[in-house]
Amino acid sequence: MSKPERTWKTIESGPHSYDEALHPVAKKNYGKWKYHEIPKPGVLKHVAESGDTMWTVRAGTPRQDTVDMVRLLCDVADKYSDGYLRFTVRNNVEFLTPNEEVVEPMIKELESLGFPVGGTGMTVSSVAHTQGWLHCDIPATDASGVVKSMMDTLYNEFKHMEMPNKVRLSTSCCAINCGGQADIAVVVKHTRPPRINHEHLATICELPKAVARCPVAAIRPTVVDGKKTLMVDEEKCICCGACFGACPAMEINHPEYSKFAVWVGGKNSNARSKPSTMSIVAHNLPNNPPRWPEVTDVLGRILTAYKKGGRPWERVGEWIDRIGWKRFFDETGLTFDDDMIDSYRHARTTFNQSAHIRF
Amino acid sequence: MEESKRTVSCGKHEVTGCGCAGNGKGNGKFLNPTPMLDKLESGPWPSFISGFKQLAERTKKPMLRGVMDQLEYSYNTRMGYWKGGLVTVEGYGAGIITRYSMIKDKFPEAAQFHTMRIQPAPGLHYNTKMLRGLCDIWEKYGSGIITLHGQTGDIMLQGIEQDKVQECFDELNQNGWDLGGAGAGMRTGVSCIGPARCDNACYDNLNLHMKALKYYVGQVHRPEWNYKLKFKFSACPNDCTNSIMRSDLALVGTWKDDIQVDRDEVKAFVADKGIDTVVNNVINLCPTRAISLKDGEMDISTKDCVRCMHCINVMPKALSPGKERGVALLMGGKNTLKVGVNMGSLIVPFMKMQSDEDVEEFLDLIDEIIDWWDDHGLDHERIGETIERVGLKQFLEGVGIDHDINQVSRPRDNPYFKAKY
Repeated sequence: MSKPERTWKTIESGPHSYDEALHPVAKKNYGKWKYHEIPKPGVLKHVAESGDTMWTVRAGTPRQDTVDMVRLLCDVADKYSDGYLRFTVRNNVEFLTPNEEVVEPMIKELESLGFPVGGTGMTVSSVAHTQGWLHCDIPATDASGVVKSMMDTLYNEFKHMEMPNKVRLSTSCCAINCGGQADIAVVVKHTRPPRINHEHLATICELPKAVARCPVAAIRPTVVDGKKTLMVDEEKCICCGACFGACPAMEINHPEYSKFAVWVGGKNSNARSKPSTMSIVAHNLPNNPPRWPEVTDVLGRILTAYKKGGRPWERVGEWIDRIGWKRFFDETGLTFDDDMIDSYRHARTTFNQSAHIRF
Repeated sequence: MEESKRTVSCGKHEVTGCGCAGNGKGNGKFLNPTPMLDKLESGPWPSFISGFKQLAERTKKPMLRGVMDQLEYSYNTRMGYWKGGLVTVEGYGAGIITRYSMIKDKFPEAAQFHTMRIQPAPGLHYNTKMLRGLCDIWEKYGSGIITLHGQTGDIMLQGIEQDKVQECFDELNQNGWDLGGAGAGMRTGVSCIGPARCDNACYDNLNLHMKALKYYVGQVHRPEWNYKLKFKFSACPNDCTNSIMRSDLALVGTWKDDIQVDRDEVKAFVADKGIDTVVNNVINLCPTRAISLKDGEMDISTKDCVRCMHCINVMPKALSPGKERGVALLMGGKNTLKVGVNMGSLIVPFMKMQSDEDVEEFLDLIDEIIDWWDDHGLDHERIGETIERVGLKQFLEGVGIDHDINQVSRPRDNPYFKAKY
């Protein structure tokens, strides 16, 4: 089928301009905001030096949205916030308005449309997550489904500010962890070295590239049935899946042996303690669609213990710093096992180099 | 007003919700049964499955049916079935994430499901005209599925066939949208809400984001480096974009002088919350013990303060960042792949970022940094990995940045280096 000749000349414009996307009150008071309050879950009140006030209503979305859903959000914005809206990095939608009187009707409408209002301050906010089976080329699970299952159980925690501090969650469909570091993260953990598809390997992979990708030099060239291919030293392999990204014939994903691990204590904010990376506290959880009950159970245990024992402003990692890992495992009912002792680079930085002991 | 312009409109009577609990059932005639996926329609959190079903039943796009079938198959077999490829638009080498079904014999309607990464406005700000326009173009050419937003910060328009990609892009481009990054090049940036609404913003991150990503627009569209390079712009040390762990180049707002204190508001806070709260939740939680009580008043010792934001977060009405504001550059953040997670580390403690000259000077520095990485980095090596392998000292020398005690948590604890003699 022949196509009409292309007449448009591309403008390499980069990010979309934001000037027209800012509410006039945001523009007028740009860089001149004085303070903010959180009058109730899902609502922010910002006051500018000029005395102007901006109200924000925040609601959760499924992240995997549709044009229909986005138009629905636009309808809400046109009706209540002068046609302006924005999103947070955790996939929440925000409507900004100077008019206090529209806040309650807007909340009512959003809730009636199925968008939970909340996610501000000391809540469990929406989950930063990855693409999964819907779209990714290397996923071992479907983050969107895991997230939906998790947030169904955490719905009230999204809508009520009852946690010691904010709780940030993430979910990732492979060990690369594109979902990111978080207070609690649910991440795929492969438990077996890759199966190798010798039949196709040489035709779909650049061999040196796949060899170079391995962080522990466990991959070597070999010949199988007269075909150039690769082999894996299974003693050395750390099941990271890095080779799979370079070479789809290194089949790391497996319906049974790609499991879930749960990690805690990640924090990017500089508030109080320095930013911190996560530690593994549960693994070998089955990848169990469509509802992943084993994963949501672990999440529930951790959040229940944190909610009960955390002091005001302690993030999950800071709470554990205070009570110690021993009590963390006691209070969550999770089990510390010898696989949780670090054996990778910089392992000694995680050893207890002291006589500080908890009994 | 926009309503009338729509070429394809979703009638309001048809779309009654965001696709929660059962709303997506449609008439059941177009879609094939998906019993596994249907289990994700119950429960209070908005369901992406209901949304997809609603969209499919309204638009009757075969691709949506095919993708739902393949997703159901993935849920049953616990495996993914997409493979990559090479689809792009004229003049670009990145921005389209190519997806072909590995099992298209089974699900021919899902044979192609490519994604277009689109760069949103810094701070993820929209007006409904922009967003409705985007939806109309996307519905015309693609599946109608949108992710807001991808982990790198893009609008992800998911599900288009190769022969519609160019036309779709041209129409998007005419409306002010451009493709985002992918592969071994500059990636789409991310900013927090910044000075548009936040009282903690220490620099105009939206402006810097816009200028930096426009400056590197060629490297966004035509990847040519060792590996990906990501900018993230957080306007204060609360780092709401998670720049320290999610970006190679993290621009975190900070300040040099005293935290601004409104004495009357401090008194009001004490009267309202009580002195216990001030002691337990503010003073005792200061990581460097920079706050003390003097004659019943809070006293903050700036020389002890590390600008962590905690006291300001607890008392936003009484306390705010100082007046001498700027940006810190942290470098090397990346996630787990290969070497394990690496947190960005401090490279430049403070840069002024007010004038156009400040921005130019900053971009010159980033050019130097990229040149150094281009010379010293290995294939598939993020810049933080290169710095660790080659040495932070060597990196600083190479790009001409002065060493500074703020770049380390402490001086080295071993004597193994060659000193000048």
